[in-house]
Amino acid sequence: MENRKPYQQGYFPPVPTATTRFWRTNLLWQAWRLLRINMKMVRVIRASHH
Amino acid sequence: MARVVILGAGVAGHTAASFAQLWLGKNHEVVVVSPNSKYNWIPSNIWVGVGRMAVEQVVVELAPIYRKAGIDFRQARAVSIHPEGGAQGGQPYVTVEYTEAARSGEREEVAYDYLVNATGPKLNFGATEGLGPEKNSLSVCTYGHAAAAATAFEESIQRMARGEHQNFVIGTGHGLCTCQGAAFEYLFNIEHELKRRGVRDKATLHWLSNEYEAGDFGMGGMHLKRGGYITHSKVFTESLLAERGVNWHLRAHTTAVEPTKVHYETLDGENHELDFDFAMLIPPFAGVGLKAYDRKGGEITERLFNPAGFMWVDGAYQAKPYEEWKAADWPRTYQNPHYPNLFAAGIAFAPPHPVSKPMKSVNGTPIFPTPPRTGMPSAMIGKAVVASIRDMLTRGATAATHTASMAEMGAACVASAGAGLFTGTAASMTVFPIVPDFEKYPEYGRDLNLTFGELGLAGHWIKYILHVMFLYKARQRFGWSMIPE
Repeated sequence: MENRKPYQQGYFPPVPTATTRFWRTNLLWQAWRLLRINMKMVRVIRASHH
Repeated sequence: MARVVILGAGVAGHTAASFAQLWLGKNHEVVVVSPNSKYNWIPSNIWVGVGRMAVEQVVVELAPIYRKAGIDFRQARAVSIHPEGGAQGGQPYVTVEYTEAARSGEREEVAYDYLVNATGPKLNFGATEGLGPEKNSLSVCTYGHAAAAATAFEESIQRMARGEHQNFVIGTGHGLCTCQGAAFEYLFNIEHELKRRGVRDKATLHWLSNEYEAGDFGMGGMHLKRGGYITHSKVFTESLLAERGVNWHLRAHTTAVEPTKVHYETLDGENHELDFDFAMLIPPFAGVGLKAYDRKGGEITERLFNPAGFMWVDGAYQAKPYEEWKAADWPRTYQNPHYPNLFAAGIAFAPPHPVSKPMKSVNGTPIFPTPPRTGMPSAMIGKAVVASIRDMLTRGATAATHTASMAEMGAACVASAGAGLFTGTAASMTVFPIVPDFEKYPEYGRDLNLTFGELGLAGHWIKYILHVMFLYKARQRFGWSMIPE
């Protein structure tokens, strides 16, 4: 990528490794994350309703 | 029998109308006034804007739903509020002007006992020279704008397929924009589609934003626990921009949009420009421009609305510096202080101050995101307001009984980074509370156990499930009221 050459803005932020990118679309892992994220969202919704 | 009139049928207005009819419909009258004939699930407009969804998939006709529910629907725009009535008597009323073809331009006075102003924003393209779909840039704020953006995007893809290079500029079209999230989603959906269509190497992408740091989103950003650190959303946002090869330009107030060039000023007072072939820049929001009059016909607009056109409610509006802002400044009941039968919900209410720290360029130009009031908070406010009205009408309550302060509620937000059942990704985020409360959570202003973010395919599935679920709810199908806001 052009903006990730040394001392350009994209050079400094963390970027995901190939392993991280793999897990982002791994079906089994993402099915588990779907469950966990939903549980988190339900907690936020419950905390928000007075 | 009392009459509850709701102005607007967006997320806040439609939620308010649906619950008003559910709770009050047997004994009271519910009237909805909206200039649009359709309900639009706006979060999915970004998929329309890249050609992955048709307009028909993100809209629902309102008239059949309201007819079935027993809600009186008037396709009209509200013009003025008369909270003390008029020459005919003390019954408050709203003047509306019909937009449906058969009665276009016809005016009517609609009397009310309780009024909910959920008119949403005016898309203020006029604030920046050359901004907007009628001039030099695109938008995804309405389904019509998104469809036009999709057509322009397809033309760009065809050009790239022929070997041409294209510059994309996506972001905010003014220094005081809110709703960066929608533009951010659109940016990554564009990038995802370019890759999918095999032309990514022919495109340069630019993110142009009024945020002080990436990941602010009008909420001052958020801190998240991740990888053994407590990290600001700036890090994750810049990471995604870098990963996708997007150039970013922050602290920017767009001053003008020419047919192929964006001009912008940054906080340091410098003026810059970006060439583009395709620009999607969201506009700043203003109130819809409702006027207000007292019983004698004298104008009292300033008594009901702030200078930007948003309605005064029960917030603490006295001006004070950022360091003195408190969570308690934020409205809780959304009741107008002068007229207790008048409420505002969603974008229509006047926030007491921004959430992000106000900044001015050395030239005095304000450049900072204004506070977001869309989606989940809009719906929750609409429901809380109607619950208070129900208690006033049926349980003898003398004051608003339900609250929905943005400093006491959280939000779940799913920002798409590309569509696809197996290849899509989205950032799933929760934040609690939306407005930071530094008295309750001194370090970061938020509960870090309920504030979280993660990018992955699961997020795309959730966004799609929300699309299906909220359109089901909007259609008032079986069990709709059980679906949370």
